Amino acid sequence: MGNAARLALLAGPVAFFALFFAYPVAAIVARGLKVDGVWRFGRITDVLAQSDIRHVLWFTTCQALASTALTLLIALPAAYVFARLDFPGKNVLRAVVTVPFVLPTVVVGTAFLALVGRGGLLDDLWGVRLDTTVWAILLAHVFFNYAVVVRTVGGLWSQLDPRQEEAARMLGASSLAAWRKVTLPALAPAVAAAALMVFLFTFTSFGVVQILGGPTFSTLEVEIYRQTSEIFDLSTAAVLTLVQFAAVGVILVVHAWTVRRRESALRLVDASVTARRPRGPGQWALLAGVLATIAVLLLLPLAVLVQRSLDAPGFGYYRALTSEDGGTFLVAPIAAIGNSLQYAVAATAIAVLIGALAAAALARRDAGRLVRGFDALLMLPLGVSAVTVGFGFLIALDEPPLDLRQSWILVPLAQALVGVPFVVRTMLPVLRAVDVRLREAAAVLGASPFRVWREVDLPLVRRALLIAAGFAFAVSLGEFGATVFIARPDSPTLPVAVARLLGRPGDLNYGQAMALSTILMVVCAVALLVLERLRTDRTGEF
Amino acid sequence: MLLSLQGATVRFGGRAVLDAVDLAVAEHEIVCVLGPSGSGKSTLLRAVAGLQPLDAGRVALDGRDQAGVPAHRRGVGLMFQDHQLFPQRDVGGNVAFGLRMRGADKKEQGVEVRELLELVGLPGAARRAVAGLSGGEQQRVALARALAPRPRLLMLDEPLGQLDRSLRERLVVELRELFGRLGTTVLAVTHDQGEAFALADRVVVMRDGRIAQSGTPLEVWQRPVDEFVARFLGFDNVVPATVAGAAAVTPWGKLPVPEDAPQGTRSLLVRPAGVRLVAAAEGLRCTVTARTFKGTHVAVHLRPEDGGPRLEAACALRAAPEVGQETGVEFDSTEIVVLG
Repeated sequence: MGNAARLALLAGPVAFFALFFAYPVAAIVARGLKVDGVWRFGRITDVLAQSDIRHVLWFTTCQALASTALTLLIALPAAYVFARLDFPGKNVLRAVVTVPFVLPTVVVGTAFLALVGRGGLLDDLWGVRLDTTVWAILLAHVFFNYAVVVRTVGGLWSQLDPRQEEAARMLGASSLAAWRKVTLPALAPAVAAAALMVFLFTFTSFGVVQILGGPTFSTLEVEIYRQTSEIFDLSTAAVLTLVQFAAVGVILVVHAWTVRRRESALRLVDASVTARRPRGPGQWALLAGVLATIAVLLLLPLAVLVQRSLDAPGFGYYRALTSEDGGTFLVAPIAAIGNSLQYAVAATAIAVLIGALAAAALARRDAGRLVRGFDALLMLPLGVSAVTVGFGFLIALDEPPLDLRQSWILVPLAQALVGVPFVVRTMLPVLRAVDVRLREAAAVLGASPFRVWREVDLPLVRRALLIAAGFAFAVSLGEFGATVFIARPDSPTLPVAVARLLGRPGDLNYGQAMALSTILMVVCAVALLVLERLRTDRTGEF
Repeated sequence: MLLSLQGATVRFGGRAVLDAVDLAVAEHEIVCVLGPSGSGKSTLLRAVAGLQPLDAGRVALDGRDQAGVPAHRRGVGLMFQDHQLFPQRDVGGNVAFGLRMRGADKKEQGVEVRELLELVGLPGAARRAVAGLSGGEQQRVALARALAPRPRLLMLDEPLGQLDRSLRERLVVELRELFGRLGTTVLAVTHDQGEAFALADRVVVMRDGRIAQSGTPLEVWQRPVDEFVARFLGFDNVVPATVAGAAAVTPWGKLPVPEDAPQGTRSLLVRPAGVRLVAAAEGLRCTVTARTFKGTHVAVHLRPEDGGPRLEAACALRAAPEVGQETGVEFDSTEIVVLG
């Protein structure tokens, strides 16, 4: 593919990000730092000189590092188990572990509070309370990001040829050494990508920290939200947005620099042939350990959630969802389900289209520097405050020709912004691993560059594409920070509805929030299960 | 000429992998490029296929310059060294690929695939998965796939490289027969001289990106053009020589050469068949260091007692001396070639 074709492919993603990301963010930063048409950059040093702001920065970084390390430690064994071991109910379980990732952060925070807080399960049983320590935040972050590692790393792991490791064993390597020398380097790009995502999510963590952090712990994102919507100090919020932006930019540059060269052409095989029934006490113990971890860390909080939604007799909270006279909304809370699904489908379509175009352009090994730089830029939306993006949409996209305030497309556009990086990150390692000679074989047989992509790349990356679409769908469904600003009052999404219910006093509202969260959880689980089914049905056949 | 290369040059970094190569292939001709690994033969094929841009020179097909013509519009076929079958398609899907790219309808594809699979000796294999094929079967599928779009030029990169010996020898005969029947123009590359000689109408020997020699298998076999070609063909009895008239002075003594041999300081090749073992008292005195059974004869390795370069002799099965035995050596001028 020539450079011209590559740039043509990139035009769509570039325009999308310029219009719906760079422009709104720039607009809101300008709103905060420009007084009477004059930039006041002096604000930046003023704000950064405050010791409480510096403490926020320090805490944000440390908790993100600790959360990332803990998530990798706990989830990597699970990535192995899902990739290489065969056990009944694996596909269902794979969907189940993804559910936490898409739950609204406020719901997760509440669920963890019910588990480890005052009067929570641990308190009842052993008198243990974690809600005043940083451990509650760290565990909630692991709960959230477990699936990121399992899916990103496990997805590639399941397609690595096990015979490579066997070859190393025959050359005298112990099974651990074989794993370390052969499999680990092959997995490194996926592990790095997963670690990067986890770090970004925890660095910009919002709902969890707001609920579990109390007055002691606050991240940048929480501080931005507080400055924007509680203190109305737009200039401090703008400075903090810039700081977060810069920090994320540095992380992405370092990441791009360290990871790029490690992606190499891998021998990918059909995932269905690499998994085996567990053999030996070691593998059984590992499987048992992973299942126990999932039960305690992922299922227990979800179970607490469901249990609380059922606290009223005769499904009282669920029945209350259908009534329009609750006063919380212009419509019955139940309508949020339909809204959320429609928005998420549209957002997924946009994210997959934009992400696939970008991935196709970026996949070539001979990609120029300009193109490779774009690779890192695509990740920025994950690191920029969703609050900023949502608020930016409102103040930037309100004039013709881009007056989208009244358009339903505004919400999917904001949600797709967060979905695109997933699509690119998931597809790029697989696309880059496709043997270039397969493409050449197709070209010599008369396939144009476009048909080569359709006939060779697409079938090989369909798996990755479906995983990417699932992720995009899930994050769209659970997106809260931006949507809360731009969803119209008469068409709330599920997370927005849950947050509004939680914000109102009374057992009925709390119970309804739990019921709606349970519904959201079930919707996600069903969507993910359908995806798993699609995936296994269609491997190996075009 | 169907294919002609003029001054074709490809550089990787500063190194010329293909160095001003001139080559022509006529219609229905089978040309085999022979050379050690790293000699640039695969690059030659990739340049013709349009997968590797030239740094200088030109590639012409049917007299038309192919500069700027992308690989998928050149109408040439390439069979890859490790076949590169599409893993997600079955055998039929692989063979039909080129036909689909040409826009052939389903019915036509079905007929062609069936015929081609019969032609390559895999009748009824269309629904099989490529992962389950043996090496030989994969090779046949790759061949059928390359033949399906009826390329004006079929290129084969180490076509039989990964197969076991008996299969290779059988397939090479089948291939030659098949290409002859179909009238296919073939440009193949291999590092195996046996394969090249069995398959080709004409052999081109490459060295370091350049063409060292070109000719019919017989010509190349009988008259290697220089020491490199001679050694590459497996001849080890090569020594420096000073030729004057019908005699050459060598470390093995004074050897008879054909009368029309080039004169002066040269390299000289003695084919093993031209090394005659005689009684120990006659000719060059040697000790037998090793014997290798070659089926039709025994290769006897000899160390001259005066310290000259070692020699290899081809010897009838029963007449072969034991290791350690002493023997005399005489040379037969008809098996001696003065190299360029």
